Amino acid sequence: MSAPGFRMAAPVRLVAVAAFAVAATLIILLLAGAPPLDAVSVILDGGVGSRIRALQSLGVWTPLMLCSAGLLLTFAAGLWNIGIEGQVVMGAIAATCLLRFFGEGAGTFPLVLGLLAGMAGGALWAWLSGALRVYGRVHEIFSGLGLNFVAIGLTLWLILGPWRQPGAASLSGTEPLPDDFWLPMPGGFPLWQTVLAAAAVIAVRIILTKSRWGLVVKASGQNASAAALWGLRPGLRALQAMAACGALAGLAGALQVTGLYHRLLPSISSGYGYTALLAVMMAGFKLGPVIPICFFFAILNVGSIQLPLGLRLDSSLAGVIQGVLALSVFVVAGLELRLRRRKGGA
Amino acid sequence: MDMFIATILGILAAGSPLVLASLGETISERAGVVNLSLDGAMLLSAMAAFALALTTGSAWLGFLFGGLTGAAVAGFLVVVSVYLGCSQMAIGFILTLLCRDLAYFLGNDYARLPGPDLGYWSIPGLGGISPVVYVSVIAMFLVWRWMFFTRSGLRARAVGESPQAAFSRGVKVNRIRILCVLTGGFMAGLAGGAYSLAIKNGWGRPQGCEGAGWICLAIVIFGGWSPWKVVAGAYFFAALQVAGIHLQDLFPGLPGPVFQVAPFPIMILTLLLANLGRMRRVKDLAARNPFVKKIVSGLNASAPEALGKDFNEDM
Repeated sequence: MSAPGFRMAAPVRLVAVAAFAVAATLIILLLAGAPPLDAVSVILDGGVGSRIRALQSLGVWTPLMLCSAGLLLTFAAGLWNIGIEGQVVMGAIAATCLLRFFGEGAGTFPLVLGLLAGMAGGALWAWLSGALRVYGRVHEIFSGLGLNFVAIGLTLWLILGPWRQPGAASLSGTEPLPDDFWLPMPGGFPLWQTVLAAAAVIAVRIILTKSRWGLVVKASGQNASAAALWGLRPGLRALQAMAACGALAGLAGALQVTGLYHRLLPSISSGYGYTALLAVMMAGFKLGPVIPICFFFAILNVGSIQLPLGLRLDSSLAGVIQGVLALSVFVVAGLELRLRRRKGGA
Repeated sequence: MDMFIATILGILAAGSPLVLASLGETISERAGVVNLSLDGAMLLSAMAAFALALTTGSAWLGFLFGGLTGAAVAGFLVVVSVYLGCSQMAIGFILTLLCRDLAYFLGNDYARLPGPDLGYWSIPGLGGISPVVYVSVIAMFLVWRWMFFTRSGLRARAVGESPQAAFSRGVKVNRIRILCVLTGGFMAGLAGGAYSLAIKNGWGRPQGCEGAGWICLAIVIFGGWSPWKVVAGAYFFAALQVAGIHLQDLFPGLPGPVFQVAPFPIMILTLLLANLGRMRRVKDLAARNPFVKKIVSGLNASAPEALGKDFNEDM
């Protein structure tokens, strides 16, 4: 395995990934007839060009980070939790549902309950996907994806049906929540979101490196049959890892409701679950690199909102760049492996 | 009676892209490669097909270009996974997201424009039938003939079951896998073109075929990797889509978008059903009860042995 041979130094690898990604993005931009430098400057200016925009990017970093932290647990358990998108949505639905029971002047206590309800909603949705895998042998990619669509359907039904605004039902969302239930944002700074996301990072780091549970989950993920022989109950670990990830995703959804939109919207998750999956894959399933990658992805997401206005380009360019970057990481790692094998004379 | 014929024709039309893409995925999975990029690749192909049809004025040229786009995406997936040893699942998933965003980004200029479509080829007494229906029916017979009655079909199945054994008997595993995945991708691309040029004409955000690729991936499992069962599964989901339109009339209180997600919980249930036969408790029951056994053996199907496993010819 460790044949002395070619091994790229980390900076070389970074440069290679960047070169690949830049080249691919350039080709795509030229295909669309877009001026590359202008597009980059519009995105950067839109993402970090002013204090407000930088704070917006931080606000997007928090749900991405919560989802990514959760995904590290499910990937450790060897699971592809594609259902994370639906778990964010269910968190948002559960939080909205609970807060609707409380009227104005109920204080901030229900807000805390709302966040907990969001965690429970996300955990339940993730557990369902995990249970279908463990008990029903349905691959979690399909159960998760199906449940994503179900969660979106449920949101649309609630917004157009039982929770519709008085007057005309519209896709612009439910009625805003009373402002008691708005997460305080001192000076536009997403304080609580950042604190919770940072706490999730620390918790996942401790769980994966220091705790016995983390070790057992990793063992189950790497070799389920061996783990079963050791009495480690891999099925149970898979369910626990799914529920933990779902709780973090649900919290992200609840924060979208209480901290940002103050209502339930059709696209409440903004696709952050899928974006987090890309970020974690790009980070090679490691916590350290996920943190800056999520920052970068958040800047891309916020900045690209300006593209249709400034350059008449579609804002999906952010997703294109994110996908190209993740792909570049895999391609460079594959090339490296091939070069090493060749030099090692295998 | 007219109503009945119209419904059947509706199911045939709605089913043709599902048939094309699911059969394509069956080919690549029988050769051992999961092409998880299907959903994004179909959307990108739908955009590419419509864009080229609009620019050249020829819907058929666009349809073909859709197929080539699908083949290009699949080609990237298989080359990167076969030669660079990258995980099929990871690359496929990244590609599906990337292709979707790429479709929306590059297709921005073509959104909501009227454009050419493939039109209808009429059958006397029945009425207009979209050419994609004929294409999908021809594809069924070709895939079946090829897979079970030709040398290369046998080799492809062998590569999916046991690449080591096939390789040791002189079969070029990598080449066969690449050809199968390219063919599968081409068919998925045709399915994308069928959406934007025949079933849901035009391009936009959303186009309307989002999620169809995931259903096709599930149909392959549901159909137990056997072409005719896969075709049946594709028409089953097409029937669901058509039924959704009628149900909407029956339940005016429920908003339309809710019916669009109906296939997905049913997809989960059918997968659950297809997997039931593989569970120990159900196996025990089947051993005792002949009726249960009959049902289970009908549902039971096993995946190609080497599905999703990478194979290295050098080792």
